[in-house]
Amino acid sequence: MLILVPEMTGWLDALIQGVLLGGLYALFAAGLSLMFGVMRLVNLAHGDLIVLAAFVILVAAERLGLDPFVAVLVALPVLFVIGFALQHVLLNRTLGRDLLPPLLVTFGLSIIIQNGLLQIFSADSQRLRAGAIETASIPLGGGIAVGVVPLLTLLSAVAVIVFLNLVFYRTPIGRAFRATSDDLEVAQLMGIDHRRIFAIAMGIAFVVIAIAALYLGMRANFDPTIGPARLLYAFEAVIIGGLGSFWGTLAGGIVLGLAQTIGARIDPEWQILAGHLAFLLVLVVRPRGLFPRALD
Amino acid sequence: MTLLQTRNLTAFYGDFQALYGIDTTLDAGETITIIGANGAGKSTFLKAIAGLIRGPADSVRLDGQPIGARAAADIVKLGVALVPEGRRLFPSLTVEENLLIGCYGRKMSGPWTLDRVYALFPILRERRSSAPPTLSGGQQQMAAIGRALMSNPRILLCDEISLGLAPIIIADIYSALPQIKAEGTSVVLVEQDIVQAMKVADRVYCFQEGRLSLEGRPAELTREQIHRAYFGS
Repeated sequence: MLILVPEMTGWLDALIQGVLLGGLYALFAAGLSLMFGVMRLVNLAHGDLIVLAAFVILVAAERLGLDPFVAVLVALPVLFVIGFALQHVLLNRTLGRDLLPPLLVTFGLSIIIQNGLLQIFSADSQRLRAGAIETASIPLGGGIAVGVVPLLTLLSAVAVIVFLNLVFYRTPIGRAFRATSDDLEVAQLMGIDHRRIFAIAMGIAFVVIAIAALYLGMRANFDPTIGPARLLYAFEAVIIGGLGSFWGTLAGGIVLGLAQTIGARIDPEWQILAGHLAFLLVLVVRPRGLFPRALD
Repeated sequence: MTLLQTRNLTAFYGDFQALYGIDTTLDAGETITIIGANGAGKSTFLKAIAGLIRGPADSVRLDGQPIGARAAADIVKLGVALVPEGRRLFPSLTVEENLLIGCYGRKMSGPWTLDRVYALFPILRERRSSAPPTLSGGQQQMAAIGRALMSNPRILLCDEISLGLAPIIIADIYSALPQIKAEGTSVVLVEQDIVQAMKVADRVYCFQEGRLSLEGRPAELTREQIHRAYFGS
């Protein structure tokens, strides 16, 4: 039988928890990666949209008396429509040669969402309550256990990445996503209405945002102001992984999660710093990320 | 019967006027060629028809219907497909995906299917899973033409399909033209290679600095006329 000395157990535990935490960051980042991949949109409101989605799930769960896992199923179509409409009505008007308008508009959106949520829900911390599953864990032996919710987070992240890859590389709409991203003008010559394609992409991104919000709300408290920090993690995961690759985004999330838990293992104060240092290190060593798309 | 007509067609890039009052017609089943020096407005003319540059509705008419103000995505659905200058295949799509996207979101109806395009350009079947940047220039041009054919156009607009290709490859590509025309497709070619242009055209238009400088049937035009229309006097 394998016997682990306590020191080794601690490190192994940090590695496992880091990978699981990476699943959460990958979920934060997947929607951002999708938006950038299709419409070259840098969405500064991404973190706030995740928080907004968490509140939508919260309301659905409380009003309808649903478990968060069921409430998210109710929220998914609602958020798809919100995403579609947001892109169609607002963001499509900002996209063009100039990179500044979408940045300014999504920055403004971020402020509006934060203050809107504060107005409606106050600054109180909230949480999605899922009952016994929140604290359930699976012992792996040797004093190491994995929480069921963190494990589900990682599995969901992998499922989201597999789903996005299937959509992108196995369906006609995925072909249209890639074609539009490659060459907007020629895509129109093919009969592709790029405004509609962008709106569908944003709808799908919002579905991913809803899934990220579910785990955000179950794993920790949230309040209307925590969006920008999630945005930062999402950005770092996307950049570490390399723009335009969904698997890279998953890897980027895991690198970030690992760096944070390993940093925390060395000194609890180093958790956040270690994540940012890992990000900077990747930028220095591989400026295009770990898995950049071959053609760019 | 007139299929496509431009009347007093103008085009602007910002403040710069690229076309001045161009009047042309294209009859059903006809092939016309637009010749002219660099910057004469030939590509702009095709872009204006394809809807990439929009103007007054009645400056372009298809079957008598004004389409000058319609978006490019609508115009291809009306049966006008453009093979853009420089091929412009989608690099992140395979060759076959590039062909398939030619009829995106529409039910294919007409002679051109994936199999027909592969029969026209057999090399594309061999390279169907390849990424476009790995293809030779000639193969890329074939894929770009095939992609446009997949929309089963009534009018095929081709922008400089011989550009940068070896003469033997150009001959290869032009040898596909009769088969395309045999399906009743009308063709508008923009071509710098005057000899090639004269060979395939029913009628020729020459542009000079955004203006129409000459039109006529190849057999009726003299060398001097063309030289003057092309370079100015």
